[in-house]
Amino acid sequence: MDNREKVVVVRDLYKAFGELEVLKGVDMDLYREENLVVLGRSGTGKSVLIKIMVGLLQQDSGSMEVFGKEISRLGVRELNEMRLKIGFSFQNSALYDSMTVRENMEFPLVRNIKNLTKKEISFRIEELLDAVGLPQTINQMPSELSGGQKKRIGVARTLVLNPEIMLYDEPTAGLDPITCVEINNLINEVRERYKTTSIVITHDLSCAKQTGDRMAVLLEGQFGALGTFEEVFPHAEDQRIKSFYDYNFINS
Amino acid sequence: MAGQTTTRKHVFSKKIDAFFKGLADAWKFVKRFFQEVFVPPYEFKEVIHQCYRIGVESLPLISLTGFIVGIVFTNQSRPSLSEFGATSWLPSLIAIAIVRAMGPLVTALIAAGKVGSGIGAEIGSMKVTEQIDAMEVSATNPYKFLVVTRVLATTFMIPVLVMYTDFVALMGAFINVNANELVSISTFFAQVFSSVTFLDIFSSIIKSLFFGFTIGMVGCYKGYNSSKGTEGVGRAANAAVVVSMFLIFIEELLSLQIINLFRMK
Repeated sequence: MDNREKVVVVRDLYKAFGELEVLKGVDMDLYREENLVVLGRSGTGKSVLIKIMVGLLQQDSGSMEVFGKEISRLGVRELNEMRLKIGFSFQNSALYDSMTVRENMEFPLVRNIKNLTKKEISFRIEELLDAVGLPQTINQMPSELSGGQKKRIGVARTLVLNPEIMLYDEPTAGLDPITCVEINNLINEVRERYKTTSIVITHDLSCAKQTGDRMAVLLEGQFGALGTFEEVFPHAEDQRIKSFYDYNFINS
Repeated sequence: MAGQTTTRKHVFSKKIDAFFKGLADAWKFVKRFFQEVFVPPYEFKEVIHQCYRIGVESLPLISLTGFIVGIVFTNQSRPSLSEFGATSWLPSLIAIAIVRAMGPLVTALIAAGKVGSGIGAEIGSMKVTEQIDAMEVSATNPYKFLVVTRVLATTFMIPVLVMYTDFVALMGAFINVNANELVSISTFFAQVFSSVTFLDIFSSIIKSLFFGFTIGMVGCYKGYNSSKGTEGVGRAANAAVVVSMFLIFIEELLSLQIINLFRMK
């Protein structure tokens, strides 16, 4: 594992909101083409971690290096160049609700890749909608889509810029179990097809087991455990990890 | 007791701190507009789209309000003038009042209510549903796409709407004058144009530009800085209307002083 290229290196990362300390010295490495699942209870700072990674938030101290560059030291232009390499799939999909699915996908494409013909744009959009299994939704508005469809379109929209890293924020939150499995399969398909490196933020252990090569459990602002699913969960000695496992339906 | 004093002091300074922080944030937000507006890429298509939404979709409300203002103002002015046997001055009086103050003010207040609240709510809901963050992480500039386009559209469209309101209000006034004083349309408008000066029209357009800029900027600022879910969206829409109306009245007062200086020369 250590011989593989590290695409993200996090060291001693701290982040607080007012008096509430969320991240308290997080250390983490993300290797190329692996799927790392970050688990933790609500409010433990899982989303904060990936938001720092794309420059939506800034850490108070510590370092967050992506492709060898410290994110907090990048200027606007460099940060935008970095963002082109990172796809961010939001918890509630964050589709632009005044635009159709096609316009949603065109939006980042035409603004970041110049000189594309209409044919090329259409081809790229249709290809990705096929990949997520929703070619028929191309002219629909987000309000006409189901929760699972929105998630898929959200993933397709992030893939439109060919990112090297995919960040999934709670990809299965609020979805029924069958749609959850479909989304988990999609995450795996995206990795295989587009050779992406991924971080999946979730508190759903079945999603974690299905999509993750490694698990990282965030406990009180630090990673309490890091390893494969089998290493971290079934025989966990830490009571907090054990209860997290026990209370999940996977145990039953 | 000492503890109470400390708490009160702290709350007081916290509010003052928040006020000045708000002012500084607003200033930065406005400054960013001027930094971004002249820098490519330009979102022409979105500006046109917003101009359509702000201009064309406001027409029915503006038409009705302008027409009623014209009729009511004429009706209310008649008794005072008739006491001096000066009802023939009605077209001049109405024209000056509408072009100088009522047209711009009525249009701006209606636009603040309709357009300003709409912008505040729309951008606010985009903010709380992470759509603005989604634009940012896809390496696009949400400020340019959402704020610059809307502020340009309100700045350009409010003066157009003001001229339209002036016309509709004058038509309302003409119908009233025609029904009561049997004045023909040519006589009415001859009197209107003989009393309205270039300075009146020019100053009306200039101050409408400021009104439009204010409506767009306040709506965008309140929406862009909204938080706390749907409650925050409602607050943003409400604050967009209240703050822009307040600023419009202050701008009206200031413009009156400045224009009077020109009139005295």
